Amino acid sequence: MKYLDEYREQGAAARLASEIRRRVTRPWTLMEVCGGQTHTIVKSGLLDLLPPEITLVHGPGCPVCVTPLELIDAAAAIASRPEVIFCSFGDMLRVPGSSQSLFDIKAAGGDVRIVYSPLDALKLARNNPERQVVFFAVGFETTAPANAMAVWQAAREGIQNFSILVAHVLVPPAIEAILGSPNCRVQAFLAAGHVCTVMGFHEYEPIAGKYRVPIVVAGFEPLDLLDAIRMAVVQLEEGRAEVENQYSRAVRRQGNVTARQRMSEVFEVSERAWRGIGDIPRSGLRLRPEFRAFDALDRFPCALGRVRESAECIAGLVLQGLNKPFECPAFAVRCTPETPLGAPMVSSEGACAAYYLYGRRS
Amino acid sequence: MREIQFTCPAPQNSQDRILLAHGGGGKLTQQLIDRIFLPAFANAALEARHDGAVVEAAGARLAMTTDSYVVQPLFFPGGDIGELAVYGTVNDLAMCGARPLYLTIAFILEEGLPVETLRRVAASAAGAAQSAEVTLVAGDTKVVDKGKGDGLFITTAGVGLVESPGAVGPASVQPGDAVLVSGDLGAHGVAILSVREGLEFDSPILSDAAPLWAPVRALLDAGIEVHCLRDLTRGGLASALNEIAGSRQVAIRIVESSIPVSEPVRGACEILGLDPLYVANEGRFAAFIPAAQADRALHILRTIPVSAGAARIGEVAEAPAGIVTLRSRIGGSRVVDMLSGEQLPRIC
Amino acid sequence: MCLAVPGKIVSIHEDDPPEIRRAKADFGGIQREVCLAYTPEARLGDYILVHVGFALSVVDEAEAQRIFDTIREMDEMAQAGEDESP
Repeated sequence: MKYLDEYREQGAAARLASEIRRRVTRPWTLMEVCGGQTHTIVKSGLLDLLPPEITLVHGPGCPVCVTPLELIDAAAAIASRPEVIFCSFGDMLRVPGSSQSLFDIKAAGGDVRIVYSPLDALKLARNNPERQVVFFAVGFETTAPANAMAVWQAAREGIQNFSILVAHVLVPPAIEAILGSPNCRVQAFLAAGHVCTVMGFHEYEPIAGKYRVPIVVAGFEPLDLLDAIRMAVVQLEEGRAEVENQYSRAVRRQGNVTARQRMSEVFEVSERAWRGIGDIPRSGLRLRPEFRAFDALDRFPCALGRVRESAECIAGLVLQGLNKPFECPAFAVRCTPETPLGAPMVSSEGACAAYYLYGRRS
Repeated sequence: MREIQFTCPAPQNSQDRILLAHGGGGKLTQQLIDRIFLPAFANAALEARHDGAVVEAAGARLAMTTDSYVVQPLFFPGGDIGELAVYGTVNDLAMCGARPLYLTIAFILEEGLPVETLRRVAASAAGAAQSAEVTLVAGDTKVVDKGKGDGLFITTAGVGLVESPGAVGPASVQPGDAVLVSGDLGAHGVAILSVREGLEFDSPILSDAAPLWAPVRALLDAGIEVHCLRDLTRGGLASALNEIAGSRQVAIRIVESSIPVSEPVRGACEILGLDPLYVANEGRFAAFIPAAQADRALHILRTIPVSAGAARIGEVAEAPAGIVTLRSRIGGSRVVDMLSGEQLPRIC
Repeated sequence: MCLAVPGKIVSIHEDDPPEIRRAKADFGGIQREVCLAYTPEARLGDYILVHVGFALSVVDEAEAQRIFDTIREMDEMAQAGEDESP
């Protein structure tokens, strides 16, 4: 497949890895932000190619992991209603709420359906006028334009039986929260390339300047990540702290203007709690007042309680890159993908599950 | 500086109910077997944990197996539940090194199912039996209330005559064995998923459902020492290899660039975020053959149409015991674990 | 959420209003409908990155080549270094 296969080629990977080895003179800690990047790193065994001086920590770039528990509970409650067809990306189905996941609701007879695109959910609404179709609008800025379009089209067509449960999160506030944390060890970031196709990367320039960290916009294939690590290491070795664009075949500095226009028509910035981290100001999206009629929480009021904490799960530390999953005493012992204690063990993008599935040696 | 709370609410996982994932062929299915079925039905044949059982009667070695088919949709590109029900059981027998001979077939029908649907499925099953050279000798039919049966379920049982001289199963696997697959992976699972979840593709991917006795017979006839065979059904190649590695306590090492996957299946998996290693097949098997005979075995497999795409994908080693590892395209390495449940499409 | 896959535009619904602008893209032999509303500049034959059914970006061929030029330059410099060593 073009623009995929050539970025997975062994010789080129070895070349980039040896260049990283040539340039590195001391230990550096880098964070890749996006769960999809974590997935590639672990799946391709990329860490095997890196010199020991490079430590990669995995950031909170897994919307599955950071969606607040209260919203998972709300999703489960809404999905249990007999009149509702509850649509979600596959990623969200296995995440347990305080007592149930969407998969559990499906097993109990709830009409829960996996969709590939929010437009599929909208189509279901058109074809099932007697049911209420609710779509779980989870994701970073990458997914917001698509979700905005679904709502915008619903409004235009006057579709009454469609609503979305909004759980969007924004990346730059999360990066700032991590950098602002007193124990932060991260010295450079690999920014989420597909988020940046929408948002561009000008938002990172003040962050790089304020905290003096290199930020490299990185793609998702093994060569992209190796190239981005190389660029970050060169900056670190040279004492620079700039924003660079490794993923230039897809990302432009100004991002996708048309997509952002639609996003800002439909959504506005809001407060958002991140599971495992807590409230990060202005780090979420909600529907604008003129589209509030499509808000599933308004249409199906649920009592959203605050949920009790677990003493053992260190998800917050893992999500911020302050601990590796295998440093958790419960890892692979009491906390496994079948019996997760925290969100990063549930999704295969979560740092804990990724380590468990791909990195564990008996 | 505002302090961030480093805590996470503990999700609880209630497992007092059967989940869909228990049927996925992965870890939760294994748990059901370990915790419910083996303790209830303990005997040597079951402990072998192979898909079929080899038993002795009147001096002959027979293989027996049973399987249920609950696939939705009933009809999918390249096949239907009738064919699956026959091929699945035929293949479980073939994986024991046994010539499949006789099948029984039992139907559970939902009240309200169109009779025409049943006619089509029965015709498919009959056609499949003919092409697999087996006879359907007995059957049963039950009807359940509307809303309980999902349309149509089929259970088949089969018996065959073991033709391999040695025992074919995980216990015969040796460190140093070569691991072969009989053809490209993932077609069946993608065909089902694409129709079931409304994730349609314009050029439909066809299921690979097919009977597998012919390539097995060819290997046995040529005198190849077949240590183990495993058809790759739910849970895909990854689950099958994990089961064998776990059962025999050996290590299995596979090479990503050797694993055959057709371009369209690759494209579909990329879009849906699926890993072909975990996608179901219905006409593919893995074979464990002594390394010295692997090339000859490959050559033989490639002369049979259903295994024309056979490839050597890895080897068995002593350690780390029970673990399957993969060398990736870029030369890194990772563990190929068993999934806990069904693999789901992802967008992240 | 980050899974975006490159596909080649093989046909465009020219009658669609620009806010909807549907097209068919080919992903290694598999074709699927995609929405080009966010890539109004996309043309037949272009490669686009598709996320949840929406094209978010047109792949820049020249930039796509850059990483391989970098690798080739590194090889050449390494070669030059070897040639010069005693």
